[in-house]
Amino acid sequence: MTATSTPPREAVPQQRVRQRPGDRIFAGLSTAAAVMILVILAGVAVFLVWQAAPALVAAPEQIGGESFWAQVTPLLFGTVLSAALALLIGAPLGVSIALFITHFAPRKLAAPLGYIIDLLAAIPSIVYGLWGVFVFAPAVVPIYTWLNENLGWFPLFAGPVASGRTMLTVGLVLAVMVLPVITALSREVFRQTPTLQQEAALALGATRWEMIKYAVIPYGKSGVVAASMLGLGRALGETMAVAAVLSIGGGITFNLISNQNPATIAANIALQFPESTGIGVNLLIATGLVLFVITFLVNFAARAIVARTTKG
Amino acid sequence: MSKRIDVSDLNIYYGDFLAVEGVSMAIEPRSVTAFIGPSGCGKSTFLRSLNRMHEVIPGARVEGKVVMDGQDLYGSDVDPVDVRRTVGMVFQRPNPFPTMSIAENVLAGARLNSKRMRKSEADDLVESSLQGANLWNEVKDRLDRPGAGLSGGQQQRLCIARAIAVKPDVLLMDEPCSALDPISTLAIEDLIQKLKSDYTIVIVTHNMQQASRVSDATAFFNIAGTGKPGKLIEMADTATIFSNPTQKATEDYVSGRFG
Amino acid sequence: MSQLTTSGSGLGLGHSRHLPTWAPYGVLVLAAAFSAAVLALAGFNLAGFLVLTAITFMIVLVVASRAVEGPRKATDRFVTSLVVGSFLLALVPLISVAWTVISRGAARLDVEFFTFSMRGIVGEGGGAAHALAGTLIITAITTLISVPIGILTAVYLVEYGRGSLARAITFLVDVMTGIPSIVAGLFALALFVLILGPSARLGIMGSVALCVLMIPVVVRSTEEILRLVPHELREASYALGVPKWRTVVKVVLRTSVAGIATGVTLAIARVIGETAPLLVTVGFTAAINYNPFDGRMATLPTFSWFSYAAPSLPVEASIDRAWTAALVLVILVMAFNLLARVVSRAFSPKTR
Repeated sequence: MTATSTPPREAVPQQRVRQRPGDRIFAGLSTAAAVMILVILAGVAVFLVWQAAPALVAAPEQIGGESFWAQVTPLLFGTVLSAALALLIGAPLGVSIALFITHFAPRKLAAPLGYIIDLLAAIPSIVYGLWGVFVFAPAVVPIYTWLNENLGWFPLFAGPVASGRTMLTVGLVLAVMVLPVITALSREVFRQTPTLQQEAALALGATRWEMIKYAVIPYGKSGVVAASMLGLGRALGETMAVAAVLSIGGGITFNLISNQNPATIAANIALQFPESTGIGVNLLIATGLVLFVITFLVNFAARAIVARTTKG
Repeated sequence: MSKRIDVSDLNIYYGDFLAVEGVSMAIEPRSVTAFIGPSGCGKSTFLRSLNRMHEVIPGARVEGKVVMDGQDLYGSDVDPVDVRRTVGMVFQRPNPFPTMSIAENVLAGARLNSKRMRKSEADDLVESSLQGANLWNEVKDRLDRPGAGLSGGQQQRLCIARAIAVKPDVLLMDEPCSALDPISTLAIEDLIQKLKSDYTIVIVTHNMQQASRVSDATAFFNIAGTGKPGKLIEMADTATIFSNPTQKATEDYVSGRFG
Repeated sequence: MSQLTTSGSGLGLGHSRHLPTWAPYGVLVLAAAFSAAVLALAGFNLAGFLVLTAITFMIVLVVASRAVEGPRKATDRFVTSLVVGSFLLALVPLISVAWTVISRGAARLDVEFFTFSMRGIVGEGGGAAHALAGTLIITAITTLISVPIGILTAVYLVEYGRGSLARAITFLVDVMTGIPSIVAGLFALALFVLILGPSARLGIMGSVALCVLMIPVVVRSTEEILRLVPHELREASYALGVPKWRTVVKVVLRTSVAGIATGVTLAIARVIGETAPLLVTVGFTAAINYNPFDGRMATLPTFSWFSYAAPSLPVEASIDRAWTAALVLVILVMAFNLLARVVSRAFSPKTR
């Protein structure tokens, strides 16, 4: 009935309804739990700022000679570079896997194949770290050597090649780690493409690829962007895999295959923390705050895109 | 068990929107009263206000009075939960609880309220309620099976059994047959005839033949246009409404010349 | 879109030509044989073989398709092999990780590993009993805190929440989902350091950090499930004179218990492998500590990490322990994933 289907959201003067104690207690409990989320997040922000403040305002000589921003810049660079590499490799791969699962694989296999990709997300990051160091890094050394010999004039591949524990390796490992994130959301988006349009395209004699190009990809574009942003957020904050794999030299460089790499914020915290005391800990927390702000912005942008598309 | 309901000048709002305006009527005990009218005319909304079910939607409220045997259902000290225990309801689509067996579904009113009950007492209630809903013979051998495994018509009768198991005085039915096939519909209509000796029954239906078959009194609701409130146009004996209505709109509607 | 409507292959005209259905498989065999032959001359290795096979396969298939079926069909074949190829490519790390963890972890998967801590162990031997205990204790506490808060928050959002508070909570849960795990660790650290002084390292701190990561996962999955419960069931319950809170507990939550339990189990699987937050909050120790409120605790992920990053001599024994800890961790995670499926089967409503 049209009269009942359009209740206005705004609650106007409600009739005084006598509430049972059970109802009041339960409503109170669940509201309290929800408010708890607010409190926790406020706590995260407040305590991080509180503990970061000493390092933010400290004189350079108190925190190792350089100002906070001079110290955090190379870390920021490493963080963004590794995450960007991961996205550059992981996003196309993730999207095409999502396409494979939704539009190419036999329908019966779609769920199990999706599950297999989800397994990649279930592997703890420390395991990726060990695998990256002991298996993957040595395996890519020949490729890096080849790149360096043939494309060494190009700054990205300047080398010298040594252990394979390089920025590019980290990018590849992170790509594998963000792959399931990107695939999962893209899969959702592709699955929701209106089948009518797809069938219409096929009825017009389109090949499967043409159908996807005209009826699936335009529809899912913003979903894919959002998925990639979420993947980026994940890559920016990844700690253990980077800490284990990356051979750190400090400084800022675009050389992707040498052993002298800038650290990332997260990996730096994990590596430095056990030996840090006093203001050193404050310094690490301050860098963590920077990371928090960046991932917050990236995730915020992703959610905004998702919200805009689901509304329109 | 059966009670009389008097409604006077009832307005029903959703927020600022007036959905039903100025309804006054008397619903007799031990009879079947049918509400008919076009879609969106407010008959379901009005029905749901009789056991305060419309309050489930946020922002919903009423003005006016609904008096059941001398007690105002909207009095300030009345708990809507108690109202719903006296005025039961059956919905358009059968909705047995999927996690419960047939027997548990019948006992749901008691179980969900954590009422203690002896085993023999519970068994008796299950049997009498299912007997009352003309379902006992079909399900007595599989009471522990899930309620969702029954056919649509059986599920609807299970829902009726569930509603009468809480021993209400009034039974509201919101288009109870619209999701059922003709044979199941017939079974429900037979059941309604049987139930009216014990309960006051109010039924909303889209099907005029059904209204004329099962009801003693009929109320016709109409709406002037989209966004306008629904109103009660006319209420009388079912025979009068269908053969000799006083209003032109009623005559147009029951003769199928509507809209 | 014009190229769609001017599609050349007329229906039933009989002159549209297709490669036989076995063509891709035939080409694959050919490409494999070709690559094997080439590499036999240059020195065989598996990775090279696979890459060369893939490239040869693609080139031959696309060229053949272009010649026989025309450019549009060739593009289609090209994309298809690209898409299938990317899926197969994703399997490579999965299989490699699984194989490595199993083969290298198996070396120390012995009784001693589960019964000994590292207390007083020099050199080979020793175990991760202390780390296993720590992981289980910390994860259990995390679950105990996160599950009620998460479920109740989801109940609030679905059943009670209206207006700006509900919108704010929804938004904040999204924000929380994106918090990097190391930041969650730093939060717990910052919080407890304020209370207990700079050297505070406790099991409970780790739990608090993990809660920040687990709560949003529980909220999201529970919320999704609760929204799936049909409104008719709530109405049926209200109409029987059941108060709202009983309806929520006994109908809504009862109906969705399978989904909620599945979500919780997957959330546990997610946090049980977290390393970074524990590194900064719980620290590390060589001995068993069952008390989460007193001093450092070892956990499997940090055990694995320190065995790798700060190995004792001989290094090989230490690295072996790192791999075995990783294997046990993976087994735990997979067990929880599997449990999630069992739970979902066991609790879901039956119709027969």
